[in-house]
Amino acid sequence: MISDFFSMTVLVGILASGIRLATPYLYAAIGEVFGQRSGVLNLGVEGQMLLGAFAAFYVTFTTGNLWLGVLVAAIVGALMGLAMAVVTVNLQAEQGISGIGFYLFGLGMSDLLFQKLLGTVQTVSGFPKATIPVLSALPFIGDIFFSQNILVYGAFALVPVAWFVLNKTTLGLKIRAVGENPEAADSLGVSVARVRYFTIILGGTLSGIAGASLSIGMLNVFQQNMTSGLGFIAVALVYFGGWRPWGVLVGALLFSMVNSLQLWGQVLGIPLPSDIAVMMPYILTILVLVISVQRVRAPAALTKVFERGE
Amino acid sequence: MPGLSKTRLSQLLDAALPVFAVAAALAVGAVMLLFLGVSPLEAYGALWDGAFGNANALAETLVKATPLLLVGLGICIAFRGDVINIGGEGQMVVGAILAILLGLNPPEWPGWMVITAALLAGFLGGAIWGAIPGFLKAYFGVNEILSTIMMNAIAVQLMNFLLRGPMIDPAQLEVASKIPQTARLADVFRLPRLVPTRLHLGAAIAVVLAVLVYILLWRTTMGYRIRAVGQNPHASRYAGINVKKNVVLALLLSGAFAGLAGAIQIYGVNYRMITDGSATGFTGSAGFNGIVAALFGQLHPLGTIPASVFFGALLVGANKMQRMVQVPSALITALNGLVVVFVVSSEVWRRRRQRRRLSAAVSAPEAADARETQATPMDRETSS
Repeated sequence: MISDFFSMTVLVGILASGIRLATPYLYAAIGEVFGQRSGVLNLGVEGQMLLGAFAAFYVTFTTGNLWLGVLVAAIVGALMGLAMAVVTVNLQAEQGISGIGFYLFGLGMSDLLFQKLLGTVQTVSGFPKATIPVLSALPFIGDIFFSQNILVYGAFALVPVAWFVLNKTTLGLKIRAVGENPEAADSLGVSVARVRYFTIILGGTLSGIAGASLSIGMLNVFQQNMTSGLGFIAVALVYFGGWRPWGVLVGALLFSMVNSLQLWGQVLGIPLPSDIAVMMPYILTILVLVISVQRVRAPAALTKVFERGE
Repeated sequence: MPGLSKTRLSQLLDAALPVFAVAAALAVGAVMLLFLGVSPLEAYGALWDGAFGNANALAETLVKATPLLLVGLGICIAFRGDVINIGGEGQMVVGAILAILLGLNPPEWPGWMVITAALLAGFLGGAIWGAIPGFLKAYFGVNEILSTIMMNAIAVQLMNFLLRGPMIDPAQLEVASKIPQTARLADVFRLPRLVPTRLHLGAAIAVVLAVLVYILLWRTTMGYRIRAVGQNPHASRYAGINVKKNVVLALLLSGAFAGLAGAIQIYGVNYRMITDGSATGFTGSAGFNGIVAALFGQLHPLGTIPASVFFGALLVGANKMQRMVQVPSALITALNGLVVVFVVSSEVWRRRRQRRRLSAAVSAPEAADARETQATPMDRETSS
């Protein structure tokens, strides 16, 4: 049994599903990076993901159009983001607590819609594997990286794009300025409110897509509370990754690989209590938070309300 | 004096803000009900009936309100100390685990002593689970929102592991299904019931504790220090208050009350622990809904009492609503979320009026009332 576990096929299987499982973390956490770099902590990610997951599933279930599902999920996420922006930017509400409010709203609303519109657990045929020519034929590597579905590729492509936008564009400079020193940014003519609206809505959009990547890109079902804490982990990954897209990628892979290992362990009947194995990433996150806080500084204006001086 | 009455009016408005927030949430709920093709009057009528319609309904409401109140008391302490405790779910679970361990392996004591010790064990379990994020925040700068969420996940896995393995009901080992649950508590270890309903002593304990928490926060040095650190850590440090210690203390106490809520849930309602794999299966989301209740109660222990009854009523009434008009009780979860959003959003008007009152007080010092300047933790412009 144990020797089976380390056979090459199994190893490839573990790594391939690890890559796949990283997808929802990446979409949600990259979205959160934008929000936090501009000084806004969005704790409602989990709720946005749930509503996105439901929207994508329901649209796909009724129309059969996967891309329409993703689009509607993105719109739903964006609307949740818009609400969050009004509450945190204009009404200056405490970000952490209002985020919990949005989480509860998404949790209840997605459940309500599920029970009213679907009633029982249904399945759809989600995004198919899109094997990349030539590359997917490579031994091992091909199976691990290049035989995934399109949403998986999208999630990984998002990492360098986010890095580029944040570090190499004027928009990124504005976002970072608003997150570090909103007063200075404001005096230089940058609209703090507009930048934060943009990042929060972008974050919501990506969270909605993260939900879609679960419900029509991975599990192909919708169930109540199907994210079961994924969105909260995505927020933690932002701290874990030191507010940098590449750091987030490392964290997402770490989490997803441990999950994958644990899933395969169950399949192969490895005598390790799976509950304890599932616990490990959370303990690890806390430890990494302890270490990273000493090393990396959070955006200076994170969770702070900005008000233009009189 | 017109100025004074204006101030009074403005204070009244402040006090009524959470009520407006709930009314707004219920109004949004009414619109959603209309979309679902259900008459809001009928649905809310069923909800009211389910929550208060007869003695049993009322008792169920109070039974549901009990963990909300206990968690909410902890939230009052934490938020007053400017630490955000999202870990109620995990703290309830750990408190319940320690409490039931004692009841299943009881020393040779009389029943009431075992119960008392078990509730204290629950208090202790929650305290430990709250103190860890407190310690990490105070000494390592780890964001407590994240660490308490992580601690929730860890507690759930711990519960699943224990109930599937070491703590599983021996009777379940005999059968194939192996339901992950503990054995039942002996009858003598159950919290006594108050009236011939499911209402148990835990509800009374929670109310007494609400008074004690009020005294703790406003009538003792310990409470004063927690609140001082919550309002202004820098000034507190200059005043010689150990800020770090008080951050740990606020989270520790906050966790302890959630742990007690878990213990009381076992000894008063469930009499055993069973898991469906999630925290909610045991807590019924009381760890989150307690936050809602405390916010609605304006982070005041005594205000949290009626607030908990209100949200307990919503939760109990939702079941009746589901049966009578086929609206899933999940609607109430969504509305609770809106209440939170509306309450924290409405703080902006309180702050504005407060500023106006302050400037009025400066120009007319004789009309100034020192108490008006008392700030709640969320009033401050910056919090982290």
